[in-house]
Amino acid sequence: MVRMKNQIQSIAEKYSNDRTRLMDIFWDIQDLHGYIPHKALRVLEESLDISTADLRETLSFYHFFHESPSGKFNIYLNKDVASQLKGHEAIYAAFETECNCKFGSVCMDGTFGLFETPCIGLSDQEPAALINLVPFTNLTPQKVKDIVAALRAGKELAALVEQYGYGDGANQQIKTMVCSNIRQLGPVFGEKISTGEGLAQSLKSTPEQVIEEVKTAGLRGRGGAGFGTGMKWSFCRAAKGSTKYVVCNADEGEPGTFKDRIVMTEYPEQLFEGMAIAGYAIGAQQGILYLRAEYKYMQDYLEGKLKDLRAKNILGQNVLGKSGFNFDIRIQFGAGAYVCGEESALIESMEGKRGTPRVKPPFPVEVGYLGCPTVINNVETLAALPYILKNGGSWYKGFGTEKTPGTKLLSVSGDCEKPGVYEIEFGMTVREFLAMVGAKDAYAVQVSGPSGECINAQQSLDRKLCHEDLSAGGSMIIFNKDRDLLKYMRYFMTFFVEESCGICVPCRAGNIVMRNNLDKIRAGHANQEDLDNIFAWGQIVADTSRCGLGATSRNPIVSSFKNFPDLYKKLLDEKTNPLYDASFNLEASVEDFDRALKEQNQIGRNVHA
Amino acid sequence: MPKITFKIDGKQCTAEDGQNLVEAAADNHVYIPTLCHMKGEKCLGTCRVCMVKVNGKDMAGCTLSVSEGMEVTFDTPELNDKRKALIEMLFVERNHFCPSCEKSGRCDLQALAYRFKMHIPRFRYRYPFFEVYSKVDKLMLEHNRCILCQRCVEFIRDPDTNRKIFSMRNRTNKSMIQVDYRLANKMSEEQIDKAVAICPVGAIIKKGQGFDEAYGQRKYDQHPIGYEVDGGTNSK
Repeated sequence: MVRMKNQIQSIAEKYSNDRTRLMDIFWDIQDLHGYIPHKALRVLEESLDISTADLRETLSFYHFFHESPSGKFNIYLNKDVASQLKGHEAIYAAFETECNCKFGSVCMDGTFGLFETPCIGLSDQEPAALINLVPFTNLTPQKVKDIVAALRAGKELAALVEQYGYGDGANQQIKTMVCSNIRQLGPVFGEKISTGEGLAQSLKSTPEQVIEEVKTAGLRGRGGAGFGTGMKWSFCRAAKGSTKYVVCNADEGEPGTFKDRIVMTEYPEQLFEGMAIAGYAIGAQQGILYLRAEYKYMQDYLEGKLKDLRAKNILGQNVLGKSGFNFDIRIQFGAGAYVCGEESALIESMEGKRGTPRVKPPFPVEVGYLGCPTVINNVETLAALPYILKNGGSWYKGFGTEKTPGTKLLSVSGDCEKPGVYEIEFGMTVREFLAMVGAKDAYAVQVSGPSGECINAQQSLDRKLCHEDLSAGGSMIIFNKDRDLLKYMRYFMTFFVEESCGICVPCRAGNIVMRNNLDKIRAGHANQEDLDNIFAWGQIVADTSRCGLGATSRNPIVSSFKNFPDLYKKLLDEKTNPLYDASFNLEASVEDFDRALKEQNQIGRNVHA
Repeated sequence: MPKITFKIDGKQCTAEDGQNLVEAAADNHVYIPTLCHMKGEKCLGTCRVCMVKVNGKDMAGCTLSVSEGMEVTFDTPELNDKRKALIEMLFVERNHFCPSCEKSGRCDLQALAYRFKMHIPRFRYRYPFFEVYSKVDKLMLEHNRCILCQRCVEFIRDPDTNRKIFSMRNRTNKSMIQVDYRLANKMSEEQIDKAVAICPVGAIIKKGQGFDEAYGQRKYDQHPIGYEVDGGTNSK
């Protein structure tokens, strides 16, 4: 006990007993103990001067933190759509059989913990799982069997990574199975650029000129919302305060998105250089990369890159000889929460709190991290900056469309021949897109993830990927004709239900009522009114929610109905739906109870066996 | 403080520049219902019942500061239906059984349901299971009635350390208020009374005290909610 107390105290001291570093403190404790014991909270209570209840508030919010003993190997299987399209069910069953425990629990001897998690950014190589946050891709039931057997036999986890995706394992800091799968580069990321060129160019100008250049380029946020980057910067530059921050939002959690993963492994220098450019433009000395825990496998690699950049004076004091411009970057990990991609929730998380979106105004550009003006930009946005500053804003504006200049990285997954990352110019048509990725019988495309739009592929061939038509945030999941589309829409609704932070009523309670009605429709017990209600209630949820999650959570149903009305209509009619029965269904009504009873019997048998 | 003028549904109002909209409206005898906002306190923005329209956009009234010339739309069938829907969502989300509740007649949620003439919620009741937390010496947490407004989380602190006594646990619909057991046991009578009073529903209950006001004499038996602001001129 004394030993543990000392351990926890020294962890807290490592972060200067600063409660805003609670995320790091929890990660360090969990790395040490496998979970965060109650006793540790009692020590932190005094070290950080906050109550246990307050500590639990943060701890219980993030799904990668464990409050009770977890497995020696914690297996997080991706349950998202891209995984379902590639055989998730068989992998799920294989893990349960091989580990001899159910998902959501730890096996008897404590070796394995099985958990499910939404999209882990590997949609192009599903089914995939994280084992103690080490990615295992392209799983098959046989591979699952081999992995579990090897771990059980005492083999090191790292030794199981036998095939290397990135860089053939030549880099000592990143030996991973994850492949970059870059299928096509365009005029921006395809250009060879030497590290520091864009920053050096920027430092010859005034910060105001840099902002002007970015405005000229017409660069808009690549996270999905598409806010003007130059405008955001000018607000932040104008905001009062001597300390300002640049934050890179690397919490890409929109199901189906993985392009930031590629930027971070293939273009880390450009990303960090872009952050330095942003720092120079707004007058910040500190940059923070908020990295999702799913990408923890990149930690050593990215830290190594930061070290290299410091050695080259691209980071550090008097950057590239520019007297008075000091800039450095640190990495902050999240711990599993989609909503932290919302910028004010991300700031809350960086401050060691629950990832709850803040009440706005004030906006982060005025009151952000630690109360200071903060610019938060997406990974792809920042990584494009060195190219823009080197070649000029009007060069960049020459690509794409009038209102959406530039290029975009798309993460393509699902039913196509060539999943992976593509750099396209905005304005590409859906027809061109489908041909490019080898989607021969595409039925639907989920554009920009569940918060985006589910389009009817064949009816949308001439639609254009750009903000003025079909807004492309990065995620493109393709479904062919054989897929039960509404099953995936149902998953997306569950995703929003489970990822709602719970702070505001409409999102917390309203997503569930929409999903309930969708269930009723799929089960054949609904009538037109149930369908109409989804739209009416969805409108209320969208209008009254605090942040973008609630504002877009109805989109899977609304857009799939708009583009595939017949899918819904035929479920509402007894002539077209053999299961249609609007009356009370006893069997379905007691299904939960039946299942619980069966499981209980099963547990009883296992215990006695 | 300089005075400014603004409009609510066309009615000319005056307020201090930058004053909170819900409070400024109240000073002008317009009652904007809310379950989380407390006068003079930090905005919580959790219940969303105070929805208004400004520049054609729906906004939570408690998050807004009034400014010169601002035009606020408040009392429309559409907005009232949204408010009512939010109240109904709260009713189905947990187990609100007014006849057995100590807070009945003094409960803001119940009073707003009357104000919005809620009969049966449009949403299906979920009947989730919650245990009453009664380990603290002098108070109970009745999770069945909690609306997660966060008032207790934000406005009740340990006086010696300023640490949180109440906090949120989990996320999504699994969110729950929890207490710090040791700090809660240190709470003074006055602080417990304050916690019970600021709870808009009957989720924080003082042990040994319950149905102490007779029917007909309870707070909202006297006047409906919002009466002290609008004098009963508007029933919504």
